[in-house]
Amino acid sequence: MVIFEPPPEISLRDPPAVAPELVAPEPEHCPGPESQNAGKSDACAGCPNQAICAAAPKGPDPDLPLITARLSSIRHKLLVLSGKGGVGKSTFSTMLAHAFAATSPDTQVGIMDIDICGPSIPKMLGAENESIHVSASGWSPVYVADNLCLMSIQFMLPSADDAIIWRGAKKNGMIKRFLKDVEWGDLDWLVVDTPPGTSDEHLSVNTYMRESGVSGAVVVTTPQEVALLDVRKEIDFCRKAGIRVLGLVENMSGFVCPNCKGESQIFRATTGGGEALAKEVGVEFLGKVPLDPRIGMACDYGESFFDAYPDSPACAALMEVVGKVRRLVGDDEDNV
Amino acid sequence: MTSLNRVKHVVLVLSGKGGVGKSSVTTQLALSLATRGYSVGVLDIDLTGPNIPRMFGVESASVLSAPGGWIPVPVDGGRTLAESGGSIRCMSLGFLLRDRGDSVVWRGPKKTAMVRQFLTDVLWGEMDYLLVDTPPGTSDEHISLAEQLRSLTIVDGAVIVTTPQAVATADVRKEVNFCKKVGIDILGVVENMSGFVCPHCSECTNVFSSGGGKVLAEQYNIDFFGAVPIDPSFVMMIEDNNANAGSEEANESLLDKYQKNALCPIFREIAGKVVAKTSPFGE
Repeated sequence: MVIFEPPPEISLRDPPAVAPELVAPEPEHCPGPESQNAGKSDACAGCPNQAICAAAPKGPDPDLPLITARLSSIRHKLLVLSGKGGVGKSTFSTMLAHAFAATSPDTQVGIMDIDICGPSIPKMLGAENESIHVSASGWSPVYVADNLCLMSIQFMLPSADDAIIWRGAKKNGMIKRFLKDVEWGDLDWLVVDTPPGTSDEHLSVNTYMRESGVSGAVVVTTPQEVALLDVRKEIDFCRKAGIRVLGLVENMSGFVCPNCKGESQIFRATTGGGEALAKEVGVEFLGKVPLDPRIGMACDYGESFFDAYPDSPACAALMEVVGKVRRLVGDDEDNV
Repeated sequence: MTSLNRVKHVVLVLSGKGGVGKSSVTTQLALSLATRGYSVGVLDIDLTGPNIPRMFGVESASVLSAPGGWIPVPVDGGRTLAESGGSIRCMSLGFLLRDRGDSVVWRGPKKTAMVRQFLTDVLWGEMDYLLVDTPPGTSDEHISLAEQLRSLTIVDGAVIVTTPQAVATADVRKEVNFCKKVGIDILGVVENMSGFVCPHCSECTNVFSSGGGKVLAEQYNIDFFGAVPIDPSFVMMIEDNNANAGSEEANESLLDKYQKNALCPIFREIAGKVVAKTSPFGE
């Protein structure tokens, strides 16, 4: 009889430990190569990695202080999260970065794209064909303006369409390098764009960044229940991991026909949309951003939507959300 | 694999991009294939964001264990279509969660083990089509799926779903390259969310641009299965079906409701193409 067991809780607050180099994939009930029981649990019997895991040094990852030192020159670190794909995480990250960078030429902004299998930020910032410079002190991020830089795996691919067929452990290694080896310099804002879900990337970025302090997470959703279902899980993840949720943004909320100006609900909020979810789970609702086809166009061409259509209703809605995010992380003084 | 040995065809639904409608396309493909009289299984391997239970209105169902494995959940209470005899059963991690808002926080090895278990321990029985709905990306779930299915001749290939805008097709190109690399045949491309017809003035707006899927298909010399417009009535149908689940109004099956949906004729055609590709000599 095969018993359908509910997913076990995993500890999200332990300090990250070092994972040894393995010679074979982890077995099914692997305690984790970096865990205290590595090499000693029942599942380890017969695993080709057993000796390696058992001999590996236990304890916190020695790279952690290096990461914390690297990130100490960044004032505000924001995560943009959603359990659901295609709701506009990357678009919103890009908009946030553009809005922060527009405050003043002295405001330094960085975006870190940790969507390893589907990086979109370089395209949205019109930096697709750039590459990264490597020096003795680390990897230089790609600058698209004097005060706006980004880092993404897309810059390391031989061809733009190459697939990154990596299991979790390898993705974690790359995220660690993004935090440890990238010369972010003095930043006022670092926006971290994430893939959908609650898995390796999210766990890693949380464990590596916790020490240096994450200002909070902005969760993005669309209005329909099928999306809210996954976003609920993301907020549950944040709770478990101890990440502060700054608030929830509802994207693609209503559509105004450019021909007749009639409004339609493309992704209808049958259960009250983002606003009801925010109330239900007790997080702040940051606002609704209408669906505007020109946002997608601006992203495809790597232009700033704010610069192209400053008078659009979507732009006004976004600016309001950005203002709220600023207030929530206590960045009012920048507006003076 | 004994659990799949009476399954005739396995079709994967893939996309490099999230939120393009993989689950919607899987659902509608299942409904259309069932209408044609096939018995259809839907396996949801999106472990951190399972949507299939809600799509079929079976969120409150639970999976029963039997000697040898798990029994998949029947859609519409297991009723088969009177005229065609088609039916749908599904399997998802969503059925296992204590609360629908619970997150599943798993690293790769655990996900790999779950995918393997879904492919070996589900009692699908006699079945014409098994559709596999996947999460976005080219990582643990996809690698495990490819590894597990590699030796099976019943795997016909993948239907790739995209939306028209360049930001989406860029990620979907990666998925196409993934398929090439691991040796999964691509049956065709579906362009979803292709235009929205305003209910007020009937003007069609390309909310997420247009034509991207067709260009992608041409570039890689893959069949283009069709463009599916945005139609809020499909989401409404799913939501009504959930709201009325268990009540008196639940008399009409999801399969019957779908026959009246505007997207039904489009998917009838797409399902026809899938059938033509997977059984070239007819059943």
